[in-house]
Amino acid sequence: MIIRILGEAQYEVADTDLDRLNALDATLQGAVDADDAPGFAAALQALLAAVRDRGAAVPDHVLTASDLVLPAPDADLDEIRALLGDEGLIPG
Amino acid sequence: MCVAVTIARRLALLFRVKANKALDRAEDPREVLDYSYERQLEMLTQVRRGVADVATSRKRLELQQSQLHQAADRLQAQAAEAVGAGRDDLAREALTRRSAALSELTAITTQRDALQAEEAKLTLAAQRLQARIEAFRTRKETIKATYTAAEAQTRVGEAVSGISEEMGDVGLAMQRAEDKTAQMQARAQAIDGLLASGALDDASAPGGHRDDIQAALDATTGTSEIERELAALKAAPALTARPAADSPRAADPAKENQP
Repeated sequence: MIIRILGEAQYEVADTDLDRLNALDATLQGAVDADDAPGFAAALQALLAAVRDRGAAVPDHVLTASDLVLPAPDADLDEIRALLGDEGLIPG
Repeated sequence: MCVAVTIARRLALLFRVKANKALDRAEDPREVLDYSYERQLEMLTQVRRGVADVATSRKRLELQQSQLHQAADRLQAQAAEAVGAGRDDLAREALTRRSAALSELTAITTQRDALQAEEAKLTLAAQRLQARIEAFRTRKETIKATYTAAEAQTRVGEAVSGISEEMGDVGLAMQRAEDKTAQMQARAQAIDGLLASGALDDASAPGGHRDDIQAALDATTGTSEIERELAALKAAPALTARPAADSPRAADPAKENQP
């Protein structure tokens, strides 16, 4: 599975690691639903660290769309809401 | 992955929707390839310009850092001079201004570091985008040479989704860098104003005007020198006035420029 961390890189993660990432992803979603900014920041860092740790960076010359796209490390709740609320915000 | 639509999945879908919209508009999916490639090249130019803009802003902050450093050092020296002259009021004023200069310095150092990080990220993004545009170009030529329109649908979709996501990511990175640069510029302008007002100005700089603390210190020193010369005259009435070169103030060339 290909996972992009915005502003950073794409990573290829083995299917065997997905359970662990799923749990972290659910925590992240829970923090957004609860409007819990510190919880969101912590969950995001944990998720990004796991992706970097378990994933292999996709080489620059490989062109592939991602199955999952994760926010940038310093993203906050407002930025996430803006991204999700209006697809027109994504440039390109 | 779980069925629940999480943020990561929604974000991935949003990027894909953008790519699909471009494909849906075209009669033959292969038309999208050339159009997309042109936009990629435009974007690469924009990103490179963005890197240059951020670097310019960073350099401006670095210049201000060094100006604030000089101002803080000069105010420290003035405070010491004022204490030596028994002018605690001037020393206090100089130290207050020095503290203001140092707090500005701390703030712009943080901003400068943030800009440098943005510059590094954008530089990497530009390199990655360039590599992926090259990959896209190769794939575009292969698709156009080899495949029928029907077969091209899938291949074009894959290529366009991949590059579209990359462009979206780079576009977001540029927006972030622009936002940070704009924040920085507001502060840089304020500091330029502060430096231009003379509050932190370097009195000994060539052409620089004399600030009020230095003027008061000079007046104090001048008064005590006159008193000393007067005392010397009284002690030895036959002695002529000492040459100006003996005076410690006149020995400082920077101060000779002052009005």
